[in-house]
Amino acid sequence: MSAAGTPAPEAAPDLEVRAVTKRFAAHTAVNAVSFSVPRGSFFSILGPSGCGKTTLLRMIAGFIQPDEGTIAIGGRDMAHVPPNRRPVNMVFQHLALFPMMSVGENVAFGLARRGVGRAERQKRAAAKRTDELSGGQRQRVAIARSMVLEPTLLLLDEPLGALDLKLREHMKVELKQLQSAFGTTFVYITHDQSEALVLSDRVGVMSQGHFEQLGTPQELYYAPATAFVAGFVGANNRLSGTVRALEGALVEIDAGQGWQVRVRAHAPLAVGAAAQAFVRPEAITLARTPAELPPGHGAHSGEVTDMLFDGANSAVLLREAHSRRELRIALPQTGAFADLRPGSRICFGFDPERGIGFAAT
Amino acid sequence: MSEGAAGGKWSGRLVLALLLAPALLWLLALIILPHADLAVLSFRERVAPRQYAPSLAQYRTFFGEPLYWHVFVRTALMSAIATLMTLLIAFPIAWIIAKLARGRMSALLFVVCLIPFWVSETVRTLGWMILLRESGVLPAILVHLGLTAQPVELLYHDATILVGLVYTSLLFMVVPLVGSLESLDNSLIEAAYDLGARGLSILRTIVIPHAAPGITAGCIVVFMLTLGNYLTPTLLGGKNSLWFTEQIYTQFITRFNWEQGAAFGFLLLALSTAMVWLGLKLSGQRFSDVMRRV
Repeated sequence: MSAAGTPAPEAAPDLEVRAVTKRFAAHTAVNAVSFSVPRGSFFSILGPSGCGKTTLLRMIAGFIQPDEGTIAIGGRDMAHVPPNRRPVNMVFQHLALFPMMSVGENVAFGLARRGVGRAERQKRAAAKRTDELSGGQRQRVAIARSMVLEPTLLLLDEPLGALDLKLREHMKVELKQLQSAFGTTFVYITHDQSEALVLSDRVGVMSQGHFEQLGTPQELYYAPATAFVAGFVGANNRLSGTVRALEGALVEIDAGQGWQVRVRAHAPLAVGAAAQAFVRPEAITLARTPAELPPGHGAHSGEVTDMLFDGANSAVLLREAHSRRELRIALPQTGAFADLRPGSRICFGFDPERGIGFAAT
Repeated sequence: MSEGAAGGKWSGRLVLALLLAPALLWLLALIILPHADLAVLSFRERVAPRQYAPSLAQYRTFFGEPLYWHVFVRTALMSAIATLMTLLIAFPIAWIIAKLARGRMSALLFVVCLIPFWVSETVRTLGWMILLRESGVLPAILVHLGLTAQPVELLYHDATILVGLVYTSLLFMVVPLVGSLESLDNSLIEAAYDLGARGLSILRTIVIPHAAPGITAGCIVVFMLTLGNYLTPTLLGGKNSLWFTEQIYTQFITRFNWEQGAAFGFLLLALSTAMVWLGLKLSGQRFSDVMRRV
């Protein structure tokens, strides 16, 4: 961009955030967050609303200054560099298309600010007002408006939030293809875990101003580092109780009224300590009789309370017989249990290795 | 059934007519009737005592007598300058109220703009005279500071008239501007900034196009008020003010030449209509959009 600077060494990541902290009065919005995003990768910051992800993004864009820590983009420190001189462009949450301009003028806005000639800009002009565009088209214009400036880093602030499900699925694929076609580094913030999992190379899960876990979507899903990540990323059954016994890497947890479940312990747990076990709906196997369940998977039983039909994501809700806890279990695609009705009794079990236990906080 | 429906339709119309009646009556009695009478007056000439004939003599006098049309042009120019100055001063104020101040602070600033209007225009203008006259406050301060050797007369200059007019008009510019700036989404400004724009180019490409209806509305109102203002130019400008409304007053009250006064009134009406039309054309705004902002 127009700001002068020494060329970045080839190895420098496009974005390097080091120990960044931001406080608003007594509230710490972002607390000592560090991460780096290598060139050409797709990084997502996933977290519930109010976790500080928007504050973090606005610091990267330059709209607010961090209280502590440094942000380097393309190897260059960004302290005191205003947003209009950063090699970063942002796609805003509500897109912030300029309603007083046509699509072409919107896309050409940044080029015009750089003094690119009118004829050159008009090569792309489309004489349509932005308020005449439909949902997906508005997203495309907002992204094009930023991408045309060839930024080092593109920031996206939940740009798909306003779209209906079908269009959102479509735009997800389009974003992913766009990113791999241009090789621009994307930093994407969202509260939608499915967007983060589908799109990203790496995801930072954020809660209350800090990163709970940083990893690939697979790591977050199969090896969550904290109870928060286990509960936030993907569907999960949370069973809280106390530790009854330890068996090597496994831990037996009393999940209420003497109902025992065995899961892999994430970190060593003490007998008698409060703990939370997480078991994914698709990790649980249904069976008509306990004998049909694989050995070592436990033989639990419960009563069906509801059938949730959702095509490939269909599930059954049931209450465990002893603890009356509600569990969600994925229905097999074979249709074997399609005849279940509320009130039916059914057996279920799961491989302890596919469940995970955390100390309760 | 059709009878019932027709009855309902008629009673509906009657209610509508009754609701509109006061406004229509007001329009008819105070706007249309006097203007119709003025139009008749302006197009006649007294040929003998109590003898009148239709003629264009009044308008011929206006164009034939340089003083009249000089004053006319001067009033239009001064009003345009006052409008522009009001816009330049009101814009930052409106920006602060709409974008920078929060909650109670913004309401307080609005009240500060409103306070001068709790006092009558005459008293407000006399306040200016107390400040600016030769034996007044400001010349005394200037002498005290050693800036002038003796008290200078600050009244009866064109600049004094402009100061008074801008002061009187400020609120009428601030209100529509605040309305149009408040509706501007802050993320548009941030997006422009993010895309490489600087302060002035954001103002030119984002803020002014968005606020255009409010700017036009404020300018139209202020221009009309200034053009038709009588008290401020007369008191602050004295004999030198040469304001067109004074000419109208003189014709009606001093000279008893109602025909001439009526013609002047119509010329002023034509002028403000022409300027509003020109303002709308130049800013590319539609009258209906602009009036929604007032």
